[in-house]
Amino acid sequence: MKNYYQPELETAPREKILEIQNEKIVRQVKNVYDHVAYYRKLMDEKGVKPEDIKSVEDIKKLPFLTKEDLRVAYPYGLLGTDLKNCVRIHSTSGTTGKRVVAFYTQKDIDMWEECCARAIVAAGGTDEDVVQVCYGYGLFTGGSGLHGGSHKVGCLTLPMSSGNTDRQIQFMMDLDATILCCTPSYAAYIGESLAERGYRPGDNKLKAGIFGAEPWTEEMRQSIEKSLGIKAYDIYGLTETSGPGVAFECEEQTGMHINEDHFYAEIINPDTGEVLPEGEKGELVFTALDKEGFPLLRYRTKDICILSRKKCSCGRTHVKMTKPLGRSDDMMIIRGVNVFPSQIETVLLKEGYPPNYQIEVDRVNNTDTFDIYVEFSKEMFSDKISEVQAHEQALSAAMRSMLGIGPKIHLVAPKSIERSEGKAVRVIDKRKLV
Amino acid sequence: MAITQLSAFLENSSGALCEAVSALTDAGVNIRALSVAETKDFGILRLIVSDREKTREALDDEIIIRETPVIAVNMNDQSGALKGILEILKEAQINIEYIYAFTGAVQGSAYVVMRVDDINEAESVLSENGIKTLTDEDMDNFLV
Repeated sequence: MKNYYQPELETAPREKILEIQNEKIVRQVKNVYDHVAYYRKLMDEKGVKPEDIKSVEDIKKLPFLTKEDLRVAYPYGLLGTDLKNCVRIHSTSGTTGKRVVAFYTQKDIDMWEECCARAIVAAGGTDEDVVQVCYGYGLFTGGSGLHGGSHKVGCLTLPMSSGNTDRQIQFMMDLDATILCCTPSYAAYIGESLAERGYRPGDNKLKAGIFGAEPWTEEMRQSIEKSLGIKAYDIYGLTETSGPGVAFECEEQTGMHINEDHFYAEIINPDTGEVLPEGEKGELVFTALDKEGFPLLRYRTKDICILSRKKCSCGRTHVKMTKPLGRSDDMMIIRGVNVFPSQIETVLLKEGYPPNYQIEVDRVNNTDTFDIYVEFSKEMFSDKISEVQAHEQALSAAMRSMLGIGPKIHLVAPKSIERSEGKAVRVIDKRKLV
Repeated sequence: MAITQLSAFLENSSGALCEAVSALTDAGVNIRALSVAETKDFGILRLIVSDREKTREALDDEIIIRETPVIAVNMNDQSGALKGILEILKEAQINIEYIYAFTGAVQGSAYVVMRVDDINEAESVLSENGIKTLTDEDMDNFLV
């Protein structure tokens, strides 16, 4: 017996998937055109009418959506249905401090949770498993998504949320958790913490982990698998498309199956917008085929990856994506949080600092470090150490409130931040993630 | 009357102090007194110099520098001299934010430089106790 949650859909022949997609896209485009004035305008400007979209082949005629559109249309501009039909909101940080809010109808939630259920079953989950969810709960999609998926599969669900490692370990050991869901760096940290407490990899009952929300390497996978004695599976998603579960790994562990009956994926040239053939590297673009609350069409993820339709030994027929190999913008993911240099610039200017800075990100003991070097200004300088340090702390707090994550601030002398050919090198990412 | 200290922001890295001092040397400035307070990332260099104008010209472009009024007192270079001054400030509940001291050019005399939370009050209690605080002019004359 293979591990499928919805075998008829997950292993459907290619023609069947296309049939589902074609039927859904025609309905979806009509619905979006009728309900989303913002997108209707984009379509009108491009001269595309809903009748022009007869199959997924025609999706390439549609205009793109970007994070900038989400910012402009904030908060209700891309709503696909009446607000009264929506039951939940999730949110993620945006480029200029304005958050992205996504709306979900009950049907959207069910679809999303089914996608997560597919990921859990692919990782070997059944109704006899105990799933420990230590993604953050709340506005972040990680916690709710895997939590809902775990319910759908019928697993006993431990809604731990993030942090408090002592308690995580106590529940894991006392209640015999078998599947762990969290960020890969937190999984690595739990592994270390278990070893510090004298546990060996075989002492826990874990058999699998579903890790996502931040980039991680094959080496990190092997290290987590060894330290926890499990199989570690990757999962992909973004709030704009629902959350984790848009794509997930199967037992082959060679890329993530995109749930194609719900999401249509394209790879484009990020500069020209041209659709690239299978196997080529480019920016991943998603069209939500049946979402109601927040039905984004041709949403540019800015994640660079490759799609493959090579037959998979797991029997699933859905297209596979590689781990993101980079970004087509300057977004960084630090401890699972999306950070843009432009946000940092906004805070600096608001707090009265010159916008001369350098961000240094590294991974030490499996945790991301986040340092910002900021050029000090004459006006703020004091001859007292305590006052200078108070400036550092205040700036760190301002960053935390904007980014949701607090950097260590280092004030440095004016003009001391290196400039190469007159242009400052803003980000030094020492993590080796690709 | 307070004296004028120059405070400079330096990175806590090899060569940073040498660079600042070299610039003063090139400008022909003599350093009368110096103290450095440091953290892991940066240091604050506090200077009493022979020529503040030249110092500013030499450093201002590269280094953040600002003037800070501090109290300077001339005392005997002997045990107990500093204690007497500190006790006066303690009685008046004046907090010393930082302090450094050096011996003078004249045999048997020493100087203490203090940054306090209330300069006017500190000067008046010291003066009531017969201790004169120095001016920039005094420093120039005493320390040539």
